[in-house]
Amino acid sequence: MQAFTVHKGIVAPLDRSNVDTDAIIPKQYLKSVKRTGFGPNAFDDWRYLDPGEPGMDSSQRRINPDFVLNQAPFDQASILLARKNFGCGSSREHAVWALTDFGFRAVIAPSFADIFFSNSCKNGLLPVVLAEDEVQALFDQVEANPGAQVEVNLEEMTVTAPDGTVFRFTLDEDRRHRLLNGLDDIALTLQYADDIRAYEERQRREWPWMAEHSQG
Amino acid sequence: MAGKTLYDKLWEAHVVREEPDGSTLLYIDRHLVHEVTSPQAFEGLRLAGRKPWRGDSVLAVPDHNVPTANRDRGIEDPVSRTQVETLETNVTSLGLKFFPMADVRQGIVHVIGPEQGATLPGMTVVCGDSHTSTHGALGALAFGIGTSEVEHVLATQCLWQKKTKAMQIRVEGELRPGVTAKDVVLAIIGRIGTAGGTGYAIEFAGSAIRSLSIEGRMSICNMSIEAGARAGMVAVDEKTIEYVRGKPQAPSGERFEQAAAYWRTLVSDPDAEFDAVVEMDAAEIAPQVSWGTSPEMVAPINGRVPDPAAESDPVRAEGMKRALEYMDLQPNTLMAEIRPDKVFIGSCTNSRIEDLRAAAEVVKGRRKADNIKLAMVVPGSGLVKQQAEQEGLDRIFLDAGFEWREPGCSMCLAMNADRLEPGERCASTSNRNFEGRQGQGGRTHLVSPALAAAAAVAGHFIEPSALKEA
Repeated sequence: MQAFTVHKGIVAPLDRSNVDTDAIIPKQYLKSVKRTGFGPNAFDDWRYLDPGEPGMDSSQRRINPDFVLNQAPFDQASILLARKNFGCGSSREHAVWALTDFGFRAVIAPSFADIFFSNSCKNGLLPVVLAEDEVQALFDQVEANPGAQVEVNLEEMTVTAPDGTVFRFTLDEDRRHRLLNGLDDIALTLQYADDIRAYEERQRREWPWMAEHSQG
Repeated sequence: MAGKTLYDKLWEAHVVREEPDGSTLLYIDRHLVHEVTSPQAFEGLRLAGRKPWRGDSVLAVPDHNVPTANRDRGIEDPVSRTQVETLETNVTSLGLKFFPMADVRQGIVHVIGPEQGATLPGMTVVCGDSHTSTHGALGALAFGIGTSEVEHVLATQCLWQKKTKAMQIRVEGELRPGVTAKDVVLAIIGRIGTAGGTGYAIEFAGSAIRSLSIEGRMSICNMSIEAGARAGMVAVDEKTIEYVRGKPQAPSGERFEQAAAYWRTLVSDPDAEFDAVVEMDAAEIAPQVSWGTSPEMVAPINGRVPDPAAESDPVRAEGMKRALEYMDLQPNTLMAEIRPDKVFIGSCTNSRIEDLRAAAEVVKGRRKADNIKLAMVVPGSGLVKQQAEQEGLDRIFLDAGFEWREPGCSMCLAMNADRLEPGERCASTSNRNFEGRQGQGGRTHLVSPALAAAAAVAGHFIEPSALKEA
């Protein structure tokens, strides 16, 4: 996983609540068996005027000029700003892969759906929760000054707005540590193989049917 | 000290290791796998030279991409075909349990888990699918995960989790005739909102929930995620035990009784404390129809499309306006005046035998209305289909002009050939009415099987009891 320490970039304002993962990456692209290549289809239904299918050359498609990610300088954005309950709906990690493949490193919103939040942290895409008025302040500043840069600092857990205001956010220590260091979850867990085996021993003793039934 | 919630009990029984900050390595008993969210996980495993920790915990099935008609032709879309073939290669090369498309046990992963007794009370159940919450209806801790977590569970049999808060949603009293589990859960989401359960595990309780069958409880737990909660659950009672008894992978004989004695403890203690409690009066719940592009946007069947002008929160009003524009609906329209073009009865929410019976009861002796271009019934599994055919339900649907299809996720998310065309309106028993969910530009109204069937017959939304005599 790509580590996240400090990132400064252009903020794209996506002024919507309840942005669902179907909107972030529509279902037809989930047929891919790969982890990469979803960027051109991030927000496909909003970004293009013609219906998209896997394998199409996105440079030949009709783009929707009204959609924020099609407008300079937001087409170069690396931080996404949205309203509450971002990433709700389906568990598809493809939504996170689509955002990172587009070039996003962080998403700032007043709240996130749980599965999306977890998926983001596992892919080096930092979900930043700020209060609604702080998010509003960022929307206002970006509107007044499109292309202004925002700094997201995971070491300090701060967001520095274009006008220099510093907002603080929190992330649980475990996720923060893994993100800062870009750690491989599985390798870490396998250090506890003995604990897992001890649990399995306990299960065989206390709830013997749990693993037996699964032979069926 | 306060007693324990069901969630506490399920959680504590699966803790492998707990770190000082509360991060917990949680053991996973059952890992359900489908073709869409697993290929990258198997690839990751291979690239790292890792093997599944406990292969016998896996049950794999293709469901999202499978065709629901002309199966003898195989999967015509090459991209879908590759994904299903990739699943088969991945799981068979590792010797994991797998129901291929031709197996009568194939179906929607959340239908076949309970049907096979692969998911049992007291288990932790995960799947790379947000509707895994369905299995909580059996008194299990079941939740959806992303693909990185799928790989993690394959490799370690565990997940790093932090215990969430616990919410109890108590629905007390008697449901009015014609009000189903689907209406209850839509009403709950309408009340608490799509983020109302975020950060919580929800336990559904109260006399109205207890009165529901296990299948009805599954419809409720299924849509926990639409209320923002990763996990939903219902306490074990005798209905749960009887549901599980005799299922192919369930324990049998003395082992079953031993297990059942434990399962009966899987209830919240009377003095358990929840972080949040929501109370609802069952008698006040009417049949629900969604009008917007979020599952919280629901109205009673006898109600009207709301007016954004009457909404005081500007962000919310803007969302409503956008939804109405997408849905091509005017404020204050009577729900009963809305005329669907298509009707879809199926999905992991509502494709079990009781759902099909409820729809068939409405359809029996009647015909699909002329304005309904397509009314399709997609059973949740091959075994549900078989059962329905034994009961003659297929004839009822076919005689009424409905299509009777093969099992799969189908038009719930339109990854296969079943989809809405731009602008088409659908009465759907599925779980999400997001923009484009059932096909780009498609418009979804979430309803119960009985209401979907009634809409197919009348050509507009209507309470089944108001239909003319068959």
